[in-house]
Amino acid sequence: MGSNRRQGEAQGERLMADQRRELNRRDFVKTAGAITGAAVIGVPAASEAKNSSPHRVSMNIRINGKPHSLVVDARLTLLDLLRETVGLTGTKKGCDHGQCGACTVLVNGRRINSCLSLALSNDGHTITTIEGLAEGDQLHPLQSAFIECDGFQCGYCTPGQICSAVGMLREAAVERAELTDDEIRERMSGNICRCGAYPGIVEAIQTVYHQSQGNDIPASGRD
Amino acid sequence: MFPFEYDRPTQQEKVIDALSHSNRTKILAGGTNLVDLMKNGVEQPERLVDINRLDLTTIAQLDDGGVRLGALAHNSDTANHPLIRERYPLLSQAILSGASPQLRNMATNGGNLLQRTRCYYFTDSGFPQCNKRLPGSGCGAIEGFNRIHAILGGSSQCVATHPSDMCVALAALDATVRVQSSKGVRTIEFPNFHRLPGDTPRLDTNLEPDELILSIDLPPSRFASHSHYLKIRDRASYAFALVSVAAALEMDDEKIRTARIALGGVAHKPWRATEVEKELVGRRAERTLFELAARLAVRDARPLNHNMFKVELVPHAIVRALSLAGGVA
Repeated sequence: MGSNRRQGEAQGERLMADQRRELNRRDFVKTAGAITGAAVIGVPAASEAKNSSPHRVSMNIRINGKPHSLVVDARLTLLDLLRETVGLTGTKKGCDHGQCGACTVLVNGRRINSCLSLALSNDGHTITTIEGLAEGDQLHPLQSAFIECDGFQCGYCTPGQICSAVGMLREAAVERAELTDDEIRERMSGNICRCGAYPGIVEAIQTVYHQSQGNDIPASGRD
Repeated sequence: MFPFEYDRPTQQEKVIDALSHSNRTKILAGGTNLVDLMKNGVEQPERLVDINRLDLTTIAQLDDGGVRLGALAHNSDTANHPLIRERYPLLSQAILSGASPQLRNMATNGGNLLQRTRCYYFTDSGFPQCNKRLPGSGCGAIEGFNRIHAILGGSSQCVATHPSDMCVALAALDATVRVQSSKGVRTIEFPNFHRLPGDTPRLDTNLEPDELILSIDLPPSRFASHSHYLKIRDRASYAFALVSVAAALEMDDEKIRTARIALGGVAHKPWRATEVEKELVGRRAERTLFELAARLAVRDARPLNHNMFKVELVPHAIVRALSLAGGVA
């Protein structure tokens, strides 16, 4: 049993090495995502097919400055539209239940959990994702500050943290709220970081907040 | 997620028509609770009517000096509206203590009233027993793990709690709910909007199947200078209340003219502690009175195995909320 497992592992490693030669990691992840995505979105599993075939509806949406006309399964969430339909994998799927904030994007400039928003509810809306924040090679101030202040370790929650921080700084500016460290922690409580990079995240947000006192934070040059 | 038909009408009449034709039609507003429950298979609508194109987002003053909150106004916009911050700070506090900023940006006022319990035996369809999800199947919580469950108003069929913070403040502020059906518009007093579980725990509210919430109306503000929302939970932010208290006082110098106490996390609906309120009226606002009166809130409590701590926590929370509301040290 033990030696079989070791053999299996060795074989698996050889296969992985072969795959690495064939595909770079990002393409591999995208391909795998597209396959599972099709299984989830396109064809309902036999046990789920009791009502009817999936209802498909047309919609228009603007993402990072680019208009899209799509026909989508009514069950598709905005998160899966971004990742699987449009191929913008910067927005992450964490819990898929609105509890972790990894999927945070800006809809018409406001931060929301894209995992709990049906794609069709966003017909006619303007979306900004992490891919839409930089201006060419010029990073958004929050992106630079997260790097500067060590605002992440594994990076999985980071796109959601940064999009949430963009929305939060706008909200605070409208409310004329003063952002102490405690206030930032409260206002960012919808974004969980399991690496525990919170001190760096708070510092990054404080840096941009102080830089931008009196100025609006640019969401994106392309929304 | 099970397949469903999807529609996004622009007229209220179309929504009410869709509701009256099938009891498996669900309204979609913010989606923060419904979409989650559809992913878990707890909610399985045949048809979703997305009402986000209806014109129900306005927050405005009423002729009587009260304020109307549109059913589709977002929780965040409601909490931060100047009329609410100035005249109903209790409501702002309660809303801002709930969920996360992202969820409050999505969630609507009408949807907040209609959110379902977070009882784990209800939200996890892997549990075979839940009278709310599968009528007649039994209650997993009564003999199971029941730390977050009700100590007041429960039944032998269900001990779930209502999860909203906003609704606890609305109960204290004497709000009313304006709803429309094919028969016209009617107004429901807030204490009659949500139900106790009794023998029909599948029903959370007294809304008729073809009724659409139009607005939540607040009477003229009487409590702006003496109110406090106290929420006690397992972590500092982004958690449901174990116990919460909305305390609102109308003062006549040092005497209490009117008192409102509503409790969250203890019952199937926002729980008005009317006996405590009565005990306070006409008396001087002081800690000894609060301590005496607060005990009345749990006189009829029926705790379960894991939530006995709430019987002790509720009176302490009431005393603290009243002290902060009344400016009593």
